[in-house]
Parts: sequence; C-alpha cells; structure tokens
Amino acid sequence: MTDKLEIKHTGRVWKFGDQINTDLIMPSASFRLSEKDRAKMAFSAIRPGWAAGVQPGDILIGGQNFGLGSGRPVGSVLRMCGIVGLVAESINGLCLRNCVNYSLPGIDCPGISAAFEEGDIARVDFITGKVENVTRNTTLQGKPLVTLLAEIVVSGGVIPMLIREGYVETEPTDATSD
Amino acid sequence: MGQTSIEKILARTSGKDVVRPGDIAVCRPDIVVQADLFLAMAGAWHRPKKVFDPDRIVQIFDHAIPAPTIKDASGMVEARRFAKQFGLKQVFDIGAHGISHVIVAEHGLARPGELLVCSDSHTCASGAFNCAGRGIGLSDLLQALTKGLVWYPVSPTIRYEFKGSLPPVVSGKDVFFHIAHTYGAHTNTSLEFGGPGLKALDMSARRTIATMCAEVGAEFALFESDEITSDYLKSRSERPVTPANPDKDADYLDVRSVDLGDVEPYVILPHSVPKNGVRLSVFDKNIVINQAFVGSCANGQIEDLRVVAKILQGRKVARDVRFIITPGSQAIYLQAAREGLLTTLVEAGAVVTNATCGACYGGHMGLVGPGEVCITASTRNFKGRMGSAEADIYMGSPATVAASAVTGIITDPRKVMPLNA
Repeated sequence: MTDKLEIKHTGRVWKFGDQINTDLIMPSASFRLSEKDRAKMAFSAIRPGWAAGVQPGDILIGGQNFGLGSGRPVGSVLRMCGIVGLVAESINGLCLRNCVNYSLPGIDCPGISAAFEEGDIARVDFITGKVENVTRNTTLQGKPLVTLLAEIVVSGGVIPMLIREGYVETEPTDATSD
Repeated sequence: MGQTSIEKILARTSGKDVVRPGDIAVCRPDIVVQADLFLAMAGAWHRPKKVFDPDRIVQIFDHAIPAPTIKDASGMVEARRFAKQFGLKQVFDIGAHGISHVIVAEHGLARPGELLVCSDSHTCASGAFNCAGRGIGLSDLLQALTKGLVWYPVSPTIRYEFKGSLPPVVSGKDVFFHIAHTYGAHTNTSLEFGGPGLKALDMSARRTIATMCAEVGAEFALFESDEITSDYLKSRSERPVTPANPDKDADYLDVRSVDLGDVEPYVILPHSVPKNGVRLSVFDKNIVINQAFVGSCANGQIEDLRVVAKILQGRKVARDVRFIITPGSQAIYLQAAREGLLTTLVEAGAVVTNATCGACYGGHMGLVGPGEVCITASTRNFKGRMGSAEADIYMGSPATVAASAVTGIITDPRKVMPLNA
C-alpha cells in the first residue's frame, strides 16, 4: 500500500503568519451556517473577503503553531474554500487531525515562511515531504506525512471511510433551523 | 529505556508493550464523551449505525444549553434520539448538565492510567487525574463511537518538576501562565507534571493547569497520580485503577524545574497566550474594562467561585463593568447556593449564569462588542473569541478578574485583599 500512495499538489500559495488559530479559520459566528456560507467567513477577522479570492487547487502556507485552538472542522472549511494542501513551519496537532480527517494533507516544513511570497507557485509532495517553490526555483525538505495519515487523506477522509465500512449513514443528519 | 506517563497509556491502549515518539498509536479508548455542539453544525453528524460499547459512551450537553437557537434545540433532539437508540446510560441532559470536562471530573470518569476521548479541545483537562485525553475532531469522535478506535501521533514529552508552594493569592492559573509565558508554545509535545511541589497543588489547581495546556498547543498534559488524586476519586469511582506514573529512566525532550514560590499573578495580553504575559507587579498600564468573566472548564470550579466571592464580599462591581460568573456544572451551582456564594456575588452586582461553555467561546451569551475590553478567567483570548473581533480580551486568574471587576481596571489581586481578612 505504502509505495502506491501519492499525494502531490501544484498550486498558487496563500501565506499566513505565526499563531493562526482555529477561531480565525472558522469563527464561532459561522457554526450555525451552511457549509458553503461557513467557508465564506474563513479568516474574515484578519483578511475580509479572502475566501472569495481562493481558486480550487490553491495551497495554504502557515507559520508557527498553525491551527492552535479548538476542535472545529477547519479542514472541511479550507477544502470548501478550494485549498488542497497545507504546509506550515509547524501545524498544531489537533488542527492536523482536523485537516487529514477531512482529506486535506498537511505537513510541517521549517523555513517555509521565508521561502515563499504570496502568489508563488508551490509543488508539494506530501509523501516525501519535498516542497518546491516553482516560481523561485528553490526546494525545501519538509516532514513527510506518516503512512496512516496519508492513507486517510487518499481514502477521502474519515467520514467517507466510515460510510464505506457501514458504520454511519451516508447522508449527514442536519439540525433544522425552522 | 523506560516510558513516560503518556507513553505508558498509549502503549497499553494500543496493545503494545512500548511506544516511542514518531509512532502512531491506534488506541481503544476507555471512555468516549459526546457533547452537543457538532450536532447543530451542518454536514457534521452522520448517524452511527452501530456503537462500539454503549457502556463506555457518555453524553453531556454543555456548549449551547439551554438551547439558544432552533438549530441547537434540533441538534439536541437528535442527540437524545441517539442516546435512546443505543441505550446510553450515562447521559447528562439539562438539569444534570455542566461543562463536559467538569462533569467528567465530578463523576470520576477520568481515571488514572486510562484514555478518555472527547471532541473538545480542552479534553487535556483529564490529565489532572493522570488520565490521557486530548482534543480530537468530530470525525475522530464518530470513529471512536462506532469502531472504538482513535489514532494519536506519539509526541516527545517535556516534564515539569514542581517544587516549593504557592504564595498567597497566586493560583493554578498563574502557574500555567508562568509556564506559558516563560517557555512559550509547546506545539506537538506532551507535558508531564510531577515533583515534590505537586503536593502543594490541589485538584482544582491541577485541573486548571491541565485544561489550559491546550493553549500552548500541547498534545497530552498529564499529572502524576498521587494521594490527592486517589482522595478525589475515592467517592467518585469504584473501578480499580492502575495509574501510569513515569519510569525513572523515561526519556524526555526536556526536564524543567518550576519553583511555585516564584510564581506571581499574571495578566495575559490580547489575542494569544504563549509568551504574551506580564507579571501584574510590573504591569503599569491603566486598562479600563467593560466586562469581566469567570467560568469555563478551566475556572468554573467551586474553588474559583469561592475566591471570587471572597473578594466581592462587602464590595460592589465597578460602574460600567459587567461581571459574568458561570459555574461549571449544576452541582457547583447548587454548592455555591448552599455556601451562600450566590448571595454574595449577586449582592455585589455580578450576574451568575447557568452552567454552560457560554461566554467563553462567544457562542451562547455574554458576548463583547466592538471596542470593548474584557478580562477573563476562562480558556482563550483569541481575536473574536468572545464576540466582536474588534474587542480586546485579557486573561487573568479568578482573583485577578474579581479584583479588576471591583476597581474597573486590570488590577493585581494582592492590592484588593478580602475586606474580612
């Protein structure tokens, strides 16, 4: 299984700084909105209108301790925005779970912040940890995504796996608002 | 080579003799806690067709109880249906409710040497009882509920050795602030607390410290189990436990000594916790506050309410300050009533709310508006955490918050000693 795993993405990068927390990615005020409307509020406290500028396939670059905070499903929000991968100086453990479990790969890569300007094109191999700045023709070595986590990403995330294995119902049961 | 506390628990629950940093441990939880919040979130809840063990599943309503919106109410209808379908016996619905980590503590559900799973980031609270817990997500929770499995990367451990004892007015919250301010973020490391000073930290202080470790990005945060642990659990849990205290030759990333006698009251400045504190003895800014809050899984304990009542006794909350106090559970609310604390707090002009996560996460009540300043004894000070992203949230101990509520500016509690002392 291991040698067949492949998670590679090439895309335009959005750059964020250190200590980006979950409440910035998914504000409490967005909890009760639809998944689509929730995504529109991503980073609205620090970069209003950001979500509208994301194109499917873009890559997010973060600083130290990216995603510190609560258990909210930030991976689902970022994917809904169009982000396909996350590379940061360091990713908070809970945030990484909540990315990988929603099939959004994420790796730590010390030096990433200095190596990229916003809008550069990154080519990231999440299995080997190799991160290339295509625009500037430089390469960094990040920490590879460990096998079990890579398998979850490739399988489409935990909930699709649970659906396929017959543990949960196919469609979500959404709370009604009327 | 020996193992740390957390390595021992991850090894046992994953069926291994030993786990080491870098491994991924796939574990069987001893207990799984489900809360209400995700059931109200669109696309988040897929009904389980089976559960791994109904006797190991606990349901607690805390984030939005009583329901502030139809969506929350609707989510709780589904939660109750789920509990009935699978015959869950440990259900803490309205009337028996409280913040999940507080209910877990009160009912002895976090036991030494065990693994507790809960989809809230402050699940590291169980570490006060030498019980492994860390925040997970909703999809993790669904997997734990149905398959009885949860994965954890095994992280390197930093050990804190406490010595000495706390000066007057200094609390467990200040001990955490001291560590967070001195050492900064602990991203992707687990923490272990022990040493001769442990006996000077009561269970309330340990619970505050363990809970707050989420704010420095720690994975697990475990206290060693001692007599204080077993005394607390004596009347709360009958099941025999096997504490996971570390081996003498366990391998640590670092071992750091903290003299409790050196800890002072701190204030944490807005928007983040690591390396963002100031000792109140040298804090020279005149910060006028609009709101003060004491509550949450970190500081909604009866001991916190006692500290606040002691400072408010015979005093009034300052003009133009809203002081909101949230007991962590119905049991704490009742105890506060019995001790007369509620009378003291309300006479002083504070508002005592129902037990909920409420104001701490800006999701239920007690929100702050643009341009406002809040000082809080809760868990987080992220931008926008307690309401408007244009508000400033400072953090302090319950004593610091109470002292500030009385003076109307951020105040060293040592300057506002109890009037009856």
